[in-house]
Amino acid sequence: MSTDRIEKEIVLKAPRTRVWRALTEGGEFGAWFGVKLEPGPFRPGAHLRGPITSQGYEHVTMEMTVERVEPERLFSYRWHPYAVDPEVDYSSEPTTLVEFTLEEVAEGTRLRVVESGFDAIPAERKIRALEMNTRGWEMQMANIERHVGAG
Amino acid sequence: MSAPAEVFAALGDETRLALVDRLAREGPASITRLSAGATVSRQAITKHLQVLAQAGLVRDRRQGRERIWQLEARGLQEARRFLEHVSRGWDRALERLRRLVE
Repeated sequence: MSTDRIEKEIVLKAPRTRVWRALTEGGEFGAWFGVKLEPGPFRPGAHLRGPITSQGYEHVTMEMTVERVEPERLFSYRWHPYAVDPEVDYSSEPTTLVEFTLEEVAEGTRLRVVESGFDAIPAERKIRALEMNTRGWEMQMANIERHVGAG
Repeated sequence: MSAPAEVFAALGDETRLALVDRLAREGPASITRLSAGATVSRQAITKHLQVLAQAGLVRDRRQGRERIWQLEARGLQEARRFLEHVSRGWDRALERLRRLVE
């Protein structure tokens, strides 16, 4: 099993145009990805950023650089996955590449997602990201405990 | 990945073999802990760890003012765990995408 990439494939019961919009319009992308991106077009070279809206990661800012935009066919960007430590400057670390490809099929649209480049990320960063995630859960459990304890 | 010859050379020393064995059994450790009760000096331990690191068998990271050494094999385990973590994140995100567009 490759440690360098993740590959996902789903068939969405929606037209290609609809899926493309969900991938490349800022508000739509943010709604399912879980980020509130600053307004700006998804154009090659564009730097987009905004706070993550997923529970437990609200302190994290997502930064992405758009690579390729081939309408209704391919959209790709680079970013630092799980850049969750607010004390770390990730800008000197390698990015991963996220590529979405769309294909029309009988049932709707086949969407393929490939994220690659994980081997170049320092092991220390992966360990830290896992630790922070665990700590995130521990903080949540502590919050819950306090909440029910106060009742 | 290191060349096999380099790995064999790194392991072909009693002290280095003992260090790898200890890290495997006890997990990550500082040089202070690895030197405790050893018959060789702390400096020698440090040199041996550097040879092992060069061969890709161990790695170190900073924890406060200390350096903690661990097996690189564990690093591979963590790499896989990290990938699984990211993979699950994608599964959840793609389900949210599905709910949005379908």
